[in-house]
Parts: sequence; C-alpha cells; structure tokens
Amino acid sequence: MGNLLEVKNLTKKFGGVTAVNDVSFQVGEGEIVAVIGPNGAGKTTLFNMISSFIQPTVGEVLFKDQKLTGKKIFDLAPLGISRTFQNLQIFSNMTVLENVMMGTSVKLKTNVFSAGFRLPVVKRDESKAYQAAYKVLEMMQLTHLMHEQAGQLSYGQQKKVEFARAIVYDPALIMLDEPMAGLNDAETNTMAGYISDLKKKGHSFLFVEHKMATIMQIADRIVVLDFGTKIAEGTPEEIQKNEKVISAYLGEEAI
Amino acid sequence: MDLFLQYLITGLTVGSIYALLAVGFVTIYNVTGVLNLAQGEFAMIGALSCVTLVNLGIPILGAIPLAILITAIIGFGVERLAIYPARNATPIILVVITLGVSIFLKGMGLIIWGSSPKSLPPIVESRSIQFFGAVINSQSIWIFILLFVLLILLYWFFDKTFIGSALRASEKNPHAASLMGINTSTMSTIAFTIAAALGAIAGVMIAPLTDATYEMGFFIGIKGFVAMIFGGMHSVPGAVAGGLLLGVIEAFSGGYISTYYTDALAFGFLLLVLFFRPQGLFMRATGERV
Amino acid sequence: MEKVEAILYGSRWKGFLGFIALICLLPFFISSQYIFTLFILIGIYCIVTIGLSLLIGYAGQISIGHAAFFGIGAYVSGVLTAKHDMSPWLAMGIGMIATFLIAYMIGMQVLKLKGHILALATIAINIIVYILLVGLSDITGGASGLIGIPNLSLFGLELGNQLHYYFLVWAFVFLVILFSTNIIRSNVGRVLRSIHDSEIGTETLGVNVTKYKIAIFALSAMYASLAGSLYAHYINFIAPPTFNVSFSILLLVMVMVGGVHSIWGAMIGTAAIMFLNEVIRFVGHTVFNISGEVEIVVYGLIIVVVMIFMPKGLIGVLDIRGKFAIKSAAKKNVASEKGV
Repeated sequence: MGNLLEVKNLTKKFGGVTAVNDVSFQVGEGEIVAVIGPNGAGKTTLFNMISSFIQPTVGEVLFKDQKLTGKKIFDLAPLGISRTFQNLQIFSNMTVLENVMMGTSVKLKTNVFSAGFRLPVVKRDESKAYQAAYKVLEMMQLTHLMHEQAGQLSYGQQKKVEFARAIVYDPALIMLDEPMAGLNDAETNTMAGYISDLKKKGHSFLFVEHKMATIMQIADRIVVLDFGTKIAEGTPEEIQKNEKVISAYLGEEAI
Repeated sequence: MDLFLQYLITGLTVGSIYALLAVGFVTIYNVTGVLNLAQGEFAMIGALSCVTLVNLGIPILGAIPLAILITAIIGFGVERLAIYPARNATPIILVVITLGVSIFLKGMGLIIWGSSPKSLPPIVESRSIQFFGAVINSQSIWIFILLFVLLILLYWFFDKTFIGSALRASEKNPHAASLMGINTSTMSTIAFTIAAALGAIAGVMIAPLTDATYEMGFFIGIKGFVAMIFGGMHSVPGAVAGGLLLGVIEAFSGGYISTYYTDALAFGFLLLVLFFRPQGLFMRATGERV
Repeated sequence: MEKVEAILYGSRWKGFLGFIALICLLPFFISSQYIFTLFILIGIYCIVTIGLSLLIGYAGQISIGHAAFFGIGAYVSGVLTAKHDMSPWLAMGIGMIATFLIAYMIGMQVLKLKGHILALATIAINIIVYILLVGLSDITGGASGLIGIPNLSLFGLELGNQLHYYFLVWAFVFLVILFSTNIIRSNVGRVLRSIHDSEIGTETLGVNVTKYKIAIFALSAMYASLAGSLYAHYINFIAPPTFNVSFSILLLVMVMVGGVHSIWGAMIGTAAIMFLNEVIRFVGHTVFNISGEVEIVVYGLIIVVVMIFMPKGLIGVLDIRGKFAIKSAAKKNVASEKGV
C-alpha cells in the first residue's frame, strides 16, 4: 500500500505559541486515518495546514510525492483532495442539487464567454455535472431534497450535502473536519456507512472527530495529538490501550 | 526652499482638516464596522450652519460650538434613524444606506442654503506671517493649534474616560464588550455623534479657506476616507498622519507638477497604497490601535 | 439529460416573450417624444445595471466606478467616429474590447480588495478617469465636450428617428439579457452565487475565485462600454460631467433599489429611479418652483428607506413566488457543536 499523503515534521507557531509541533504521519491509499485529541490539541491547525489554508512554519506535506506546501487552496482539488468544514461552508442560497453540482467544477471547462455564447461545451458540462451529482444524491438518498434550498435543511442534512459535494468528483483523498459533530446516532451511523463504502471503492480519508465509538469502528489508524505534539499513532486497539492517550484524555476530564 | 516650505505648510493645513475627517471615519468604522460615506456631509453642515449663525449676528466663537452641536445632533439622528435599523445588514447595503444619507443631507443643504457658495470670516483676523521666507496665513496656525488640542482631547477621551474605554472595547471585540454589559448599540450612536462633531469642526475650519457649498461634502469626505486608508483603517494616529500626508501630497503635486492633476495624483497614490500596502503606510510605526 | 437546464432553472422563454411583447407594445402607448427619450435612456442604463447586477448581486463585488467604463465606451465611440470618421459599429466594438482589457487589468489589482476598500478603489478609478477625460483635451475635447458624434445606421438606414433608436437599444438590452442569463444558468453562474455564500467553500472545490471575479468585473465594464457607445450615438454630444462618480452612485442606487440579486430587479430599479427622478423634478420645479437638483432629497430618503425595509429591493416585494430573485434562505440557527 503506497503512501498517498505524507505529512512531514509540520510545525506551526502563532507568535510565541506553538500550535502544532513537529507532527509527521502518512495516509495510505484506501486508508481511513483519524486525528483525535483533547480540545486545543491543534487538530484544526494541522488540518488547515494540510489543506493549504495556512502555511506551516516548518515542515511540508506531500501528496502523491508532490509538494503541497505553498500551494493555493484551489490548487488542491484538481490534484484529488477535497475537504469539508467543521462549521459548514455549504452554499445556503443554492439548491441541494446545485451545491453538489458545484463539487464537479474542477472537471468542467465552461468559462464566462463560452457560457454567455452557449457554446456546445456548456451543454456537455451541464449534463456531466448533473449526472455525477444525481448519482451521489441517489447513493445518499437525498434526491427527494434536491430542489430544496440548502440553507433551509436541517443541520444533519446540510452536513450530508457538504459531504456529497466533497465526494462528487471522485477525489483520491477526502478530508473531513468533524463529520459527525452535531449528528444524532442514526445520522452518525449513516455517515460512517458512507465512509466505509467509499473506502471499499479505493478512496482515502483523513478526518478529525470527537465521537470515539465511531472512530474506533471505522478508522484504520489513529493519530493522537496533545498540546500540538503527536503523542501516539496506531490501530484503534493500540490507541485504546495507550497510557499516554488515556492520561491526556483523563487530564482533560479532570479539568 | 521658500516654495518648498510654502507648499509644506499649505499641505499640512489642508491635511489637518483631512485628518479630522479621517479620525471621524476611524471612530465610526472601528466601533460599528460601517463605512460612513456621509462623513463629508457633516463637514458641509458644520460649515454652512456656522455661516448662517454668523449671519444671524452671533459672534464667531459662539457660532462655532453651536454649529458643532447642531451637526452632532444630526449625526445622532442619522445613526438612530438610518444605521441602527439596518445594523445587521450586509456591508454593501450599509454602504448604500450611508450613500443615501449623504445624498439626502446634500439635498437638504441645497434646500436650506441654496447653491451659491458661502464664505465664513476667519476665526481670527487674517494676517500673513513670514516664516523662513514662507508666508503663513494666521488661519493655518489656528488650524494646527486646534488639531493639536483636539487630538489631546481625543486621546484623553479614548484612554481615560469610561465611555472612551467602552468604545475601544466594542471596537476590539463587540461580543465580549456586550457580555461585559457595554451596550454596543449605544456605542454606535456615540461614535456617530462624535464623528459628526469632528466632521463639523473640519467644515468650520475649511470654510474660511475655501468657500462652503452644499456640494462640498462628498469629495471632502472621500479625502478623509483616503487619509484613513493611508493610516491603515484602525488607528487614530495613523489617520492623522494619513491626513497630513494626503494634504502634503496634494500641495506638492499641485505646486511642482500640475494643479489640474492634483486629485488624479492623490487618487493614483491611493491606488498604489491599496495595491501594495493595503495594511496602511504606517502600521509599523503606529501598529497599536487607539 | 438534454434538459438539465430546465430541471435546474425552468424555462426562461415565458419571461423573454413577456419582455419582448412589452417592448413592442410600449411605443403604441407613448405619445410624447419626451417619454420616448426616457425609455431609450432607461434601455441604455439597463445595459449597465444588468452588468452591475452580475457583479454585485452574483459575484458579490461592489463598484462605485462604472460611470468610468460607460465614459470610456462613449469617448472611444465619440472620438473615433467624430474625429476619425470610423464606422460607428467598428468603433463600438473597439470600445468594448478596449474597456474589457482595461477593466481586466484594473480588476487584477482592485479585486484583491474587499468591501469598503474596493468601493473606495472604484471611486478613485472613476475620479482619475474623469480627470483624464477633462485633462486630455487634445483628444477628448476637454471640459467643453465632444460634438458631432454621428447617428448609428443599420443596413443603410440612419437611426436618427426616436422609434428606430428605441428598438435598436432594446434589442441590445435583449441580447445582454440573453448573454447574462446564459451565464447565470451555467456552472459559471453557480460559481458566482457560491462565492456570495461561501468564498472558502468555493475555493476548496478547486475554483480560482479571483479569476471569476475579474472576468465578471471586466464583462460588466464591457456592458457599460456598450451602453456608453449607444449613449454617445444617441445624444450626439458627450461631456465629462456625465461620467463622474455621481453617475456611478446613481447606477449603484438603481441596482440596489431594484433588487441586486436579479437582472430583472436591476432593470426594474433602473426604470423606477428614472421615472422617480422625472416626477420629482417636475413636481419640484413646477409645483414648488425650486431650482437645482432638489430631487436628491427624496432620492436619498427613498434609498435609505428601501435599503432598511426591503434590502432585497423592489423585486423582492413584487416577487412573491420567488420566481425571479434568488431566495435568501432564512438563516436557521444551526447549532454547530464547537470543537477545538
């Protein structure tokens, strides 16, 4: 199993504070890796560095042996990386179908002039986008909502829409920032089901999450952060027994 | 050398007026997040109402505070009637609202004062003072002194009074400020009132230099906005420095290059600043927000 | 799969037919030349405001400087035809292309700026262009303006006649609507709207948001240039004050009052403000006998009131079924569980 994503010695300092300190790990092809850690452990900072939202102070990220560090946010999707957000970034004034179709933008060639003049490429693009979106919506059983305004859906449905948008163009690596937060048990299980299904199709996942039961159930490997430093990495079974991890979490409980 | 000094002094005089407007902009922008494009109209109202008061026979030193008071009350009214009801609207809508207010006040100016330019007698009798070969109008000296006193007063107000601290708190973190029991909506009203008063002072100061008309507001307001950008949007000292710089740029480009292209050069410089130093020109020197 | 557009957006031809019918029928009810002139000007301004609706309502970027592009179009047409005897149609095309390129270059710098600062930058550009129009008097005729701009002619027919020009202008408006709705009803339109909702979300999907903003900025400038050319050939005389910031503000107000999220809203706003303008001027001058631009008091008041009480503009009120304007979602209080 080759390495899809390689995180090497990532460090981020904000002023005098080190938010992430020398973190390294890999995500293999078809692997599900979870990043966990107590609040303030630096998970979101790590996530934002990998997805080029912020640049690391030290270290680099490689994707298929290509350097991601220094790239623009919009350079990542064409390489095959997509992500979701902890505080949703769906397009609330657009329909569910439009939201998901937006996910295919990277594969479309329409520009302002070809759109304005209705050149043949527009029709091809539109039907390509529609078919891809419809397939995903069907898989996620959202077709009955496809003409609803995304902003008017329930929180759980909005999370599904954002997930659908992230997977619609078949990216190799899907990064999910707390995909289960705010979902009820049934919704959480459905989401875990989608992730496992996509894994079978060869997609890799990197995700940050708090719901331990789900993580233990679907993750192949877990990376544990505490105060910005990686304190453990291993399979769910190994992590459950790891004393450093236990004390980090107990420490949090004690506060 | 004489000319150089002459242009410098002219520039600083006009720049002081821009500085006052810029301070008004900064105050409103940082407390409310609203860019008040009607700021220049406050200067117009201040100047023209002062002219009217003087024509009514009120001595100039009484007319000025009255004109400032009138403008401040209008600033209060503008905030309550036009800004407060739309406080949750998007920035574009708020900009358009302040444009609407600006157009409305300009129109009221036309109805009340007509279209002919009015002039205000100088605060002190106009005398020319020789200074290293340059000629300084006594009005300029008054403007400098006034600006200096006002800045000290503003510093004292923001730093030492409770309302000032509350204003600063609501500009830095509105949410925390409201948790601390500071009424941010009151702060917005106060900010508008102060900004209107500052605008009026600028107007009263500029009126003896150039004639005041109902149309003067928009352009002078834009100049204040430019000064604020030079200063980096968030800092009162920055805004003052930005105002002085803008005045000096205008005076020098008018003196050495072309009086006709003065504004084009000033706005060209603005664009360069926006493109290459959008954080303002003096952020390192005056990095701290006031 | 042929009907993706219909699935997403329904048919637009009913609206188009209504529009065409209205334009064709109006001349039968217009008796005075004065009203004709008004409708021709409304058509010309609509071309600009439709572009502004794309820029402000769809791409979410403000401009208080489009009078400059209107002016560049008018002056390219005016100078090339009046001074160099070029064919008006060729001059119009050159003006549009030149304006597109100028705006594209300006946009590359200006659109890095956001919100209020972008507004100021566009004002600054407008002021500079205005000063240049007056200052470069050898080319532009300076403050005294440029006279002798010829009428347009089409297939050997000179369009000096009001009715002919009316149809020409509104035919152009129709083409602009067609072009713009083509854009709106494609992936480009979705990208523009998505920028409005979440710029970060859009970038994550691999879209270079800045490129789209610049393209729309340049396109809206090109529309303004076209409108400027049509204006120059209609009035036959142009002078710098027409293209000052106050006209940019007027255009912005038209779009905002009509409803910025819909090109139909922009057009309704344009017509509404133009009529309002005339009514106030008439009442002010003949009934109250006031001279000067007193109508601006009512203007200002209406702008403030409309923006406070109907931020979606007039079309938001007319549009009960949500057919024209994009519905803005009632923001549900999404209780997101705050993690890290």
